Amino acid sequence: MADRNVLKDPGREARLFSDRLIVATVICFALASLLFIRYYYLQIEAYATYATQADQNRLQTQPLPPRRGLIRDSNGLLIAANEPSFLLSIVVERTGGLDDVLNDIGKIIELSDEDLEAFQKRRPSTRPYAPVPLKFRISEEERARLAVNSYRLPGVVIEAQLQRQYPLNTLFAHAVGYVGRINERELQSLPERLYEGTFHIGKTGIEKFYEDALLGSVGVQTVETDARGRIMRVVDKAPPVPGSDLDLYLDSDLQLAAANALEGSRGALVALDTQTGGVLALYSSPSFDPNAFVNGISFADYAALRDSKDVPLFNRALQGQYPPGSTVKPAIALAGLHLGLVTPETTVPDPGWYKIPGDDRRYRDWVLRIRGTGHAPRVDMHMAIAESCDVYFYDLAREMTVDRMHDFLSPFYLGQKTGIDTTNERTGVLPSTEWKRQNRGAAWYPGETLSVGIGQGYMLATPLQLALMTSIIANRGHAFLPRLVERINGELQEGERVELEAINDSYWDSVVKGMEAVVHERSGTAFAMSRGLSYRVAGKTGTAQVIGIAQDEEYNEDEIAERHRNHGLFIAFAPADKPTIALAVIVENGGGSSAAVPVAKAVLEAWMAKQSRADEAVTRNG
Amino acid sequence: MAEYLRRLPSSDVGFARRRSLWSVIRIDPWLLLGLILLVGVGLGVLNSAVDGSAAAIRRQSAYLGLGFLVMFVAAQIPIYRYSRLAPWFYLLGMIALSLVLVIGVGAKGAQRWLSLGGFRFQPSEIMKLAVPLTVAWYLAKRTLPPSPKYVAAAVVLMAMPAVLIFLQPDLGTAILVAVSGFFVLFLAGLSWRYIASALALILVSIWPMWHFVMKEYQRQRVLTLLDPESDRLGAGWNIIQSKTAIGSGGWDGKGYMQGTQTLLDFLPESHTDFIIAVLAEEHGLQGVMGLLCLYGFIVARGFWISYSATTTYGRLVGASITLTFFVYIFVNMGMVAGILPVVGVPLPLVSAGGTSIVTLLAGFGILMAVSQDKSPVN
Repeated sequence: MADRNVLKDPGREARLFSDRLIVATVICFALASLLFIRYYYLQIEAYATYATQADQNRLQTQPLPPRRGLIRDSNGLLIAANEPSFLLSIVVERTGGLDDVLNDIGKIIELSDEDLEAFQKRRPSTRPYAPVPLKFRISEEERARLAVNSYRLPGVVIEAQLQRQYPLNTLFAHAVGYVGRINERELQSLPERLYEGTFHIGKTGIEKFYEDALLGSVGVQTVETDARGRIMRVVDKAPPVPGSDLDLYLDSDLQLAAANALEGSRGALVALDTQTGGVLALYSSPSFDPNAFVNGISFADYAALRDSKDVPLFNRALQGQYPPGSTVKPAIALAGLHLGLVTPETTVPDPGWYKIPGDDRRYRDWVLRIRGTGHAPRVDMHMAIAESCDVYFYDLAREMTVDRMHDFLSPFYLGQKTGIDTTNERTGVLPSTEWKRQNRGAAWYPGETLSVGIGQGYMLATPLQLALMTSIIANRGHAFLPRLVERINGELQEGERVELEAINDSYWDSVVKGMEAVVHERSGTAFAMSRGLSYRVAGKTGTAQVIGIAQDEEYNEDEIAERHRNHGLFIAFAPADKPTIALAVIVENGGGSSAAVPVAKAVLEAWMAKQSRADEAVTRNG
Repeated sequence: MAEYLRRLPSSDVGFARRRSLWSVIRIDPWLLLGLILLVGVGLGVLNSAVDGSAAAIRRQSAYLGLGFLVMFVAAQIPIYRYSRLAPWFYLLGMIALSLVLVIGVGAKGAQRWLSLGGFRFQPSEIMKLAVPLTVAWYLAKRTLPPSPKYVAAAVVLMAMPAVLIFLQPDLGTAILVAVSGFFVLFLAGLSWRYIASALALILVSIWPMWHFVMKEYQRQRVLTLLDPESDRLGAGWNIIQSKTAIGSGGWDGKGYMQGTQTLLDFLPESHTDFIIAVLAEEHGLQGVMGLLCLYGFIVARGFWISYSATTTYGRLVGASITLTFFVYIFVNMGMVAGILPVVGVPLPLVSAGGTSIVTLLAGFGILMAVSQDKSPVN
């Protein structure tokens, strides 16, 4: 071996070692410098970034959701309340395996596929480390079972929260609306800050219209948490501001009277306080339970509501657009007087039908089928209103022409939204030659004017519009626009006034007298109502055709399928001399106004009973 | 003669007499000073990392006491005896390592421990010392720089335990053991040509290593190092949190026992492998620099001792122990700061842990022995 022959040279080896040691020292120094540079970078250059990150780690800002404002009726009864409930949420980042945790929860409490689906949908829109709701309204027992197992359910959070509840169930569903969980589309458009920690939002009705007031403003607390998310201490806290409470004009007694009277039929009632414009009752039948919507209604339940032939979700009081029929006659009579086309004494011959000069078509009066003739040889305005004579109004309408009719009725808010403080109001139709040209692209035919004169044809109105029209007539030319909310947090909301141009008092007298005759004269179309009344009511019946009746064809109620029967309408205000309430009723396929009149009577009786009780109290105390 | 010496107190002979106190107990005073300072600092940092847990401090102190005892004992053994004992030591270690694979106990899918009558120890720790001692024993007998044949034999000597440790599997320790042997080769004058070829070989073998040798969790560590944000809550969590702890310490730190990352449990392994982050968070860059200086002092002293040694064996052993010590520091501080993959390397003499402290101090005992390796001839 070569190296065995080479003698070890200690000096050479020492020099070699020294050289290598120097190299090693240099390398060590270089690596130590690298470490120094790295730490210098982290601690000096990037200090701000990491300091912020450490604070974010340590300090978590948690939203404190506000209490949603309460909604009360005029008696102080709670219509929309908040009840405590437990919410099961998951902080996905802390589960360390979401599927396992979801599986485990599924073994402990019942989780529906819908819960899981909704949970997965909510996930992408949640901030990291924020709890994602999994199941709302878990029961006390479920909560206890989860609590026992909490040690093996990392990231599972159970929070107490307040949740919307409607104690009166179906009674105010259409009047007040409901809240529901915020959906993805809403989440995109909502100002995120305001809704942190809040999972519900007004979806319809007052709940939606007054969302801003009801919501309140979110509070915030900064807490120091450890890596497992446990709160170590609260560093800073700004409490939430609760939402404003709403006091409504709605009166659950009247509402209940309407609901009972409309039980089993499709229809709607709107009653207004003539002094304030306050909506005393607003009911659409059939109704539904708004509580079902709060936490997301199941698909099957929703389908059942949506597909029901009775369309319970449809708010007939605001969305239902019906031909007003003869209920529009008092206003048209007023127009005739005001425009000087007729006087109260003017009479029209009534053979039971009407012909436009130069046209062979016969426009039939509704009594022709019953009596085989007209109301009387000659009919004046009083009789025309009391007995709802069509021929009188055919003649008046023809003279007036549709555009003058339009211009006179427009200030009654027919054909336009009343601007009521809720959602989904429809406009109805107040036709004119201009309207027909724009919407139908056709010229106006004189015969169509006659139809409009008795509230048929193109004319459509919502029960709310009819109630407002009635209120304006009751107050003889002025009224407040309908409002549901009287006070926000106790503060009275100013109503908006409607004022017609000045109309001679005697004209008002004639029309109102005619309307009183409808109820109180033996020949009146709603005379049946007068029995037992201790006050005078001014009203007007109406019937709206659902299917067109060919000329000279008989309309036989019994033979026509229930869904093709005429709608029954009735408007009224009371007391006739000093009105406090005005209302409008529609009963779909009621056959005629006789179905609507009892509904109105039930509500009027409830109202007047209350008024007299209030008067007695005033008298006693005074 | 005695009279004459007393009149020349500053002479070399007089100096030798004053040093003789340390020579008697065969301890290098400067190295001891450095180690004591380091251990003191380490206990202080650990106290914060365990949030003042007296039990943890007691346990660490006990290990340190045992370690210093082992160091003093190791220092008493003349360096030439290590040369004779080394191969037996090595053989024992190899047997233990083989046993570990057969009857070892462990956790997380790795068998690293050997249980002997209730006492558990990690044979791989023994190899951290046995390998450099043995490679040095082998090379010191040859003419240096070593010829290719001896280089090959030395490589086999360090590769065998490395492979056994790798099989446990414990890649980090395997590399460290191999590296400690390589340092001896390097210091013995391994030709630069070989070094360059070895580096080239390593570069070339990265691809097959990645695909065929490395375990999934090992690949994950490297991937996480390259992009910690890719798995913020899984493997990346540790690195993100440790960098946050270090960075948020700034220049002067948040104050002793005031590190929020540590106190609120965001920093994982804060008392073991990631303890440097606690120091960095609470004492800032000042603290980090102070610790680096302390380590630098110990390393420098270790090099000086090795340089001053008179035998080749002493030089090789002393310098390789010192270099390995430095590598631990570099790897640990580098991984916590996110420039090296997370391998299970504790911060020497600061991290909590039994075996590593005893092994390290045993190494320093050997270094002390090297410091006494002086012949009057020199």
